[in-house]
Amino acid sequence: MPEKISLEVLRYRPEEEAEPVYQSYEVPFRKDWVILDAINYIKDNIDGTLSYRWSCRMGVCGSCGMMVNGTPVLTCATFLEKYLPGPIRVEPLDNFPVVRDLVIEMTDFMEKLKRVQPWIVREEEKPLSEGEYLQTPVELEDYKQFSMCINCMLCYSACPVYGLEPTFIGPAAIAIAQRYNLDNRDQGNQQRLEILSEDDGIFECTLVGECSAVCPKDVDPAGAIQRFKVAATANWWKSLLMPWGNK
Amino acid sequence: MKKNIDPFWWGLFGAGGAISAISIPVLLFLNGLAIPLGWLEPPAYEDFFTLVKHPLTRLFLFALISLSLLHWAHRFRFTLYDGLQVKHLNELIAILCYGTAIAVTFVAGYILWRF
Repeated sequence: MPEKISLEVLRYRPEEEAEPVYQSYEVPFRKDWVILDAINYIKDNIDGTLSYRWSCRMGVCGSCGMMVNGTPVLTCATFLEKYLPGPIRVEPLDNFPVVRDLVIEMTDFMEKLKRVQPWIVREEEKPLSEGEYLQTPVELEDYKQFSMCINCMLCYSACPVYGLEPTFIGPAAIAIAQRYNLDNRDQGNQQRLEILSEDDGIFECTLVGECSAVCPKDVDPAGAIQRFKVAATANWWKSLLMPWGNK
Repeated sequence: MKKNIDPFWWGLFGAGGAISAISIPVLLFLNGLAIPLGWLEPPAYEDFFTLVKHPLTRLFLFALISLSLLHWAHRFRFTLYDGLQVKHLNELIAILCYGTAIAVTFVAGYILWRF
């Protein structure tokens, strides 16, 4: 087992350089270290100027996503050992503007997430005195998979369609829309379907499937998009054949 | 609901994928392997002719041919669109792909009708 492993980290300091550059760091190799441990080691012991996002270290917060040897991963859940003998190339997530070093600009995703109304929509809220909306374990199971999304944006980074068409609403936003659509307490199905059937919605997807391949929580956004396409197509025929039906 | 045509083409694409995935392996196995290799007794020409002449068979063949073509058209359209990055030719590509599929559908329909 090697003593050290080298990391080639993409640096971009807009006040210092016009173009991003790679910087090489030697860190101790430890079998139980993930990429994030190595980056934290760099920050604490070698170069305090390195900027990156992280928080929970346990695959829940979704903030430490980076490109590692060209693949989007959560750096807290990816072991150094996998990349022996190195060097390991660490870059900010693809398909997003870079603010600084490994920090990306995520405003676009936040705006798209909000657009799908990711909350329980009710036609009429029942008064508090009537108590909570009850749900059986079977009803929970319907949407549970899609509720596991941690908004880490790895799927946006892996999606070639998002790379080509930045207006595409994208995998996670659609999976999250599906999470609420399949929730029996929700009544916003039709509104979301209309938002997602627009030009930059589900039909931009060409089912490459990389979103589901890189998802660290097995959410399967590609599956959510396919199910949405079926619903949108049924809806399209319905409104064509029965235009008098409810809009 | 905003009217755009995507669900229509996608629906045909999906139908074409489903019908060809289900039937083409069966047809290939029977006509391409089992019969030529003598695993199955080949049907008499007259029987086969009568089978294909049946309106239901012709309807099935028409659906299989046209939907498979429309499946191809949709997939190929996006392959060109994304693969060659020719965004500005979007309309032309769509017309060429769907147009070819529709034209061959008419030819297939004509042949099966006259069969």
